[in-house]
Amino acid sequence: MERNISSRPPENAPKAARESNFAVNLNRRYMMDRIFKAAAWGATIISVIILSWLLLTILMDGLGTLNWNFITSFPSRKAERAGIIAALAGTVWLMGLVALFAFPIGVGAGIYLEEFAEDNWFTQFVEINIGNLAGVPSIIYGLLGLAVFVRIMEPITGGRSVLSGSLTISLLILPIVIVATREALRAIPDSLRLAGYALGATRWQVVRSHVLPAALPGILTGMILALSRAIGETASLIAVGAAVFISFLPEGLNSQFTAMPIQIYNWISRPQDEFHYIAASGIIVLMAALLVMNGLAIYLRNRFQQEKL
Amino acid sequence: MQRLTQKNSASRPARFAYSLSILALSVSLAACGGTATTEEPAADAGSGVSGDIQIDGSSTVFPISEAMAEEFQIANPDTRVTVGVSGSGGGFKKFCAGETDISNASRPIKEEEVALCDEAGIEFIEVPIAYDGITLVTNPENDWAQCLTVDQLNAMWSPEAEGSVENWNQVDPSFPDEPLELFGPGTDSGTFDYFTDEVNGEEGASRGDYTASEDDNVIVTGVESTSGGLGYFGYAYYEENQDQLKSIEVENEAGECIAPSRETIADGSYNPMSRPLYFYVKKEAYDTKPQVKAFVDYQLSTENGELVQEAGYITLPDDALAQAKSRVEEGKLGKDPI
Repeated sequence: MERNISSRPPENAPKAARESNFAVNLNRRYMMDRIFKAAAWGATIISVIILSWLLLTILMDGLGTLNWNFITSFPSRKAERAGIIAALAGTVWLMGLVALFAFPIGVGAGIYLEEFAEDNWFTQFVEINIGNLAGVPSIIYGLLGLAVFVRIMEPITGGRSVLSGSLTISLLILPIVIVATREALRAIPDSLRLAGYALGATRWQVVRSHVLPAALPGILTGMILALSRAIGETASLIAVGAAVFISFLPEGLNSQFTAMPIQIYNWISRPQDEFHYIAASGIIVLMAALLVMNGLAIYLRNRFQQEKL
Repeated sequence: MQRLTQKNSASRPARFAYSLSILALSVSLAACGGTATTEEPAADAGSGVSGDIQIDGSSTVFPISEAMAEEFQIANPDTRVTVGVSGSGGGFKKFCAGETDISNASRPIKEEEVALCDEAGIEFIEVPIAYDGITLVTNPENDWAQCLTVDQLNAMWSPEAEGSVENWNQVDPSFPDEPLELFGPGTDSGTFDYFTDEVNGEEGASRGDYTASEDDNVIVTGVESTSGGLGYFGYAYYEENQDQLKSIEVENEAGECIAPSRETIADGSYNPMSRPLYFYVKKEAYDTKPQVKAFVDYQLSTENGELVQEAGYITLPDDALAQAKSRVEEGKLGKDPI
C-alpha cells in the first residue's frame, strides 16, 4: 500500500498518465464479486447440509423410540425399558445452578474489568489469563473440580454431588461469560457514560442504570453460548464423578447425579443396536432442552431490548 | 431519560424482592440438600436393607453392574445404587480415596494401585464376577486368516512393529499381499491392558500407529469397512455384529485353534484371550453397611448369572463362583487372582 502511494505520479502529472494507472476492468471486478458471493453461499450451504443431515439421521433413528415412557423412565439394562429422566433432571439442575453461579460472577468480573479497573499490569495479567482459560480443555477443569470441590470442599459440596458438578462447569464457562460481558460493555458508546457523569451520577449509578441495561442483550447472548457449551459437557463431569446408572432424581445440592451427554455416550458405546436408537432419542431430548433454554434466554433478551427503548 | 429513571425507581422494590426470593430459594435448596443426605443413613427400614451404594470403575463391567443394580433396587426399594464409569484405573483412584464402596475392573488391580489403597488404609476383597473373551475380528472378505498364534499377534502388535509391519504377508508369508489395518481400544481401557500383557508380554506395550477408540463400535465400523482390517474387543461386541465381522481362532496353550464362543470362554479352552472381570469391595463397607453386603451377595448368587449372560458376558463356572463366594465370606483381603 505504502509503495503504491509513493509510486503514484505527482499531482501535476498529465491527466492521461494518472488515468492509465487505474484499470477499470469492471468485468473482472464483478466476477470477483460473484466468486466471493458463491464462496460465501457455499460455506453457508455446507453448514446447513451438515446440520440437516445430522438432524435427519438423529430424527430417523430416535423418533421411533421417543415416547413419554422414555422421558419418564430411569435407565435400565433393557433398552425398551430405559429412559432418560435421571439424566434430564440432572441436566436441568446443573444448568440452573450453573446459571446461578456463572451469571453473577462472570458478569461482575466483566463489569469490574471493563468499567472500574485501571489499565495496569495486574488487569493485563488477568486479561491474558482469562483469554487462555477459555481455551483450556474441559477435562482439566474436571480434574480441578475433583481436587477442589469433590475432595477439599467435601463437607460443603457433599463430594460427587450436583453442586460439585455445577461449580466445575461454572468455572469452565466463566471465561466465556466474562469475555462476552466485556465485549457487550465495550459496544456501549462512551457518550452514554459521559452524559451520566455530567449529570453528577457516580460510576456505579451510570453502570447500573445505563450501561448495564444497554449491554444486557449482548451479555445474554454470551450467556446463551456459554450455557450451550455447558449442556454438552461430559469429560469434566465424568472426572468429577457423575454416575451413569442412577435411579433417583437429585434431591438437593449434595445429591449424586448424571447428565444427558454422559447417558447418551454410554448408550452409544453399547454393543446392542437398540441402545443406539435410544441414544438418538436421548439426543433429541437434549436438543429440545437446549432449544428451550436458549428460547428462554432469547425471550429475556428481547424483553430487555424493548425495555431499553 | 425521565421515563427511564421513573421506570427504574418504580421497579426497584420489585427487583429487590425478586433477588431476595432467589436468595431465599437457593438457601432453602441448600438446606434441603443438607438434611436429605444427613438423614439417610439413619433411616433404616425394618425388613429390607436401605442406604446408598456407590459403584464406579470399568465401562466393560458397567452393563453387569447396571443390570444387577436395577434388579437389586426392585427387590430392595429403599436402597440407592449409583454406578459410574471412570474406567478401571479411574475407578481405583476413587476407590482408594475412599469415595466408593465397590470398584469394577476389567483387569486385576495393579501393584501401584494396591499401594495407593494401603496408604489410605483401605482394605479390599477381590471378587471375580464374569468372564469375557477378547475377540479378534477381521473383515468377512478376509479368507486367509483362520487361526492366529500369539506369536503372530505379537508380530502385528508389538511396539517394534510400529511403522514396519504393514502388510499381512509380513505376518505370515502364506498370507496375501494386503495392507494390514489395525483397530483397537485406547490406552485407558482394561481390554488394552490385558491384550498387551498377553500378546506383547508387558502391560501397556503396544505399537502406537493403529486406530484407537474408547468406543468399541468405532472398531466394529473400522474393521467392517477395511478389507485388510483387524481389531480386538470384548466378546459382546462380536456377538452383536456377527453378520458384519468374522472372528479369528486363536491358538491356545495346548496348541489347538479355538474360536471364541460362550462355551470355549467359560471352559477356559479359549486361552489366553479369555479374561476374568472383577469387582473390588471395600472391606469396611462390606462389614458395616448391610446394603453393600446384600448387594455383593446378590451379585454372586447363582440365579443372577442370567443377568451376566444378558449383559453379554459369560458367567463364572460353578466352582469359580463358589470360590469367589467363599473368598467374600472369609473376608480374604487383597489381590488374589483365580
